[in-house]
Amino acid sequence: MTTTNQVAIEATGLVKRYGNTTALAGVDLSVPTGTVLGVLGPNGAGKTTAVRILGTLLRPDAGQATVGGYDVVRDAGKVREIIGLTGQYASVDEDMSGRRNLIMIGRLLGYSRAQARAKADDLLERFELTDAGERIAKTYSGGMRRRLDLAASLVGDPSVLYLDEPTTGLDPHARNGVWETVRNLVLDGTTVLLTTQYLEEADALADSIMVFDHGKVVASGRPAELKAQAGKQSLDVRPAEPAHLERVAAIVAESVGVRPHVDVVNTLVSAPVSDGTPMPVVVRRLDEEGIAVTELALRLPSLDEVFLALTGHTAESRPQDAVLEGAGR
Amino acid sequence: MSAATIEAPAHAARRSRPFAWVEQSLTLAWRNIVRIRQNPEALADVTFQPIIFLVLFLFVFGGAIAQGGSWHDYLPFLLPGLLVQTVVFSTMGTGVGLNDDFAKGVFDRFRSLPIARVAPLVGAVLGDAVRYTLSIVILMGTGFALGFRFQNGVGNGVLALVIVLLFALSMCWIWVWLGLKLRTAQGVQGVAFLVMFPLTFGSNVFVQTNTLPGFLRAFVNVNPVKYLVDTMRGLMLGGDIQKPLLITLAWMVGLIAVFAPLAIRAYRRRT
Ligand SMILES: Nc1ncnc2c1ncn2[C@@H]1O[C@H](COP(=O)(O)OP(=O)(O)O)[C@@H](O)[C@H]1O
Ligand SMILES: [Mg+2]
Repeated sequence: MTTTNQVAIEATGLVKRYGNTTALAGVDLSVPTGTVLGVLGPNGAGKTTAVRILGTLLRPDAGQATVGGYDVVRDAGKVREIIGLTGQYASVDEDMSGRRNLIMIGRLLGYSRAQARAKADDLLERFELTDAGERIAKTYSGGMRRRLDLAASLVGDPSVLYLDEPTTGLDPHARNGVWETVRNLVLDGTTVLLTTQYLEEADALADSIMVFDHGKVVASGRPAELKAQAGKQSLDVRPAEPAHLERVAAIVAESVGVRPHVDVVNTLVSAPVSDGTPMPVVVRRLDEEGIAVTELALRLPSLDEVFLALTGHTAESRPQDAVLEGAGR
Repeated sequence: MSAATIEAPAHAARRSRPFAWVEQSLTLAWRNIVRIRQNPEALADVTFQPIIFLVLFLFVFGGAIAQGGSWHDYLPFLLPGLLVQTVVFSTMGTGVGLNDDFAKGVFDRFRSLPIARVAPLVGAVLGDAVRYTLSIVILMGTGFALGFRFQNGVGNGVLALVIVLLFALSMCWIWVWLGLKLRTAQGVQGVAFLVMFPLTFGSNVFVQTNTLPGFLRAFVNVNPVKYLVDTMRGLMLGGDIQKPLLITLAWMVGLIAVFAPLAIRAYRRRT
């Protein structure tokens, strides 16, 4: 094993173009061994492109990268010895059972038959797939497929693991399972690079975060630093009657001291707050005026809001699109 | 911060053995065979199609084409030719299947593993050898049921079957290459039909070539299918095979020498 102050992944000036689209416009990144880097960004930001370059699936047009000290282009074979990759779209063989998928990878990696079977059964159990192990993967749910894909990338006990939007489209239970797995891997010394569209996820798992936008790194730092930059939490009030929007906006403005954002389409009033103190005031005023609300919540800034704060513009495509896209394959 | 290298895990040692790529190819061939068992309907092109072709050509054209005027007389002539056509046609399935695999992302997994670059391609080809063999067995079985017999000894007959299988394994590298080069499976299929029809119908599969007009005869004389068919007929029915066999073998070597490296390059470059 390596010591902590070493770099597992290092990239400088990565550029990748597809025709007129610049997917990556000069990305630098560095991930110390045994830590988790969260790459945060909306659809089309270049996250997958970066992961594919670092995973030796794609050659950069410019710049260079090393993983575990090996160049991803010149020493691609060496890099593949130490990485595991779970792509954005499941790359399991749908026409084979989950168990056979894992055994096949074990065999390819040089395990004996018995070793490959033992490893497969071990991973199936770890990912709660033992009962479905002999079933053909086509019949798996989206969450099961993701888990199988994750298991497949762990067959070779990689030191460096890439997870491209590992929880997009998963239900909360499955998502927690993935988070748990990532935490355990990190405890064992694995270096993880994970991409996500959710600030909450990056916050929960990453030691440091990089925000991608249009192929560039627009912000980076520890989760707490970024959240501080992104501003505060958000207070949302949704009146039951659309006609009350104006009144609610006025109440929120008085209580918080800032002019709130009024979303007429979704009948939602939201205002940035630094903590929850204005909440009781708002509740009392609403009650006094007899205004019924269907939602009253204090929440972390969404990716859109982080974006707005960090880049001055909103993220163009919303996470919802990604959920559909992720489930599509 | 230092850039010391991370060591590969212990199981990596087995992979550096000289014939690891053969084992890896066999593992991936095994995958293709498992998949065939899972989707038997995908075998229609190598099971029913040869039977339908044989029956159709034998009874629709048999009377008109054969000199004796009866399908009985046409069968010995037709079967070796149709065998070549069937096998040549089934090679394009390899390209279509590979393209499909790529589209589904399974190959992303293989490409991120520390395995030989040729393994997934050789694996696909070896797995398809099962399909080719099946089409040969089914067609010959139907032929025997209809009264076909090897007239030049069983040994030569079996040798003919081996040669046609080896030819398929050489020719399929064209489709491996195109399957990687072209974006969609439909595209592969489109190109395949464009090549296959002239290759098999512009030959001596169904008719004697002396009935053909001059320009067509010129094409037939450079068509590898003609020489393979001549080899088949020679081995199964008797006759001189030396020249057609040599030309066939030369084509097989040539096809592999040209298209296998092209395919491997396309595999490396495909994103
Ligand atoms: N194979 C490709 N061909 C053409 N454009 C591509 C291809 N892959 C990605 N792109 C484009 O590159 C940009 C970055 O894509 P991607 O890396 O997938 O972003 P993300 O993973 O953050 O959603 C997008 O504009 C996308 O449309
Ligand atoms: Mg992506």
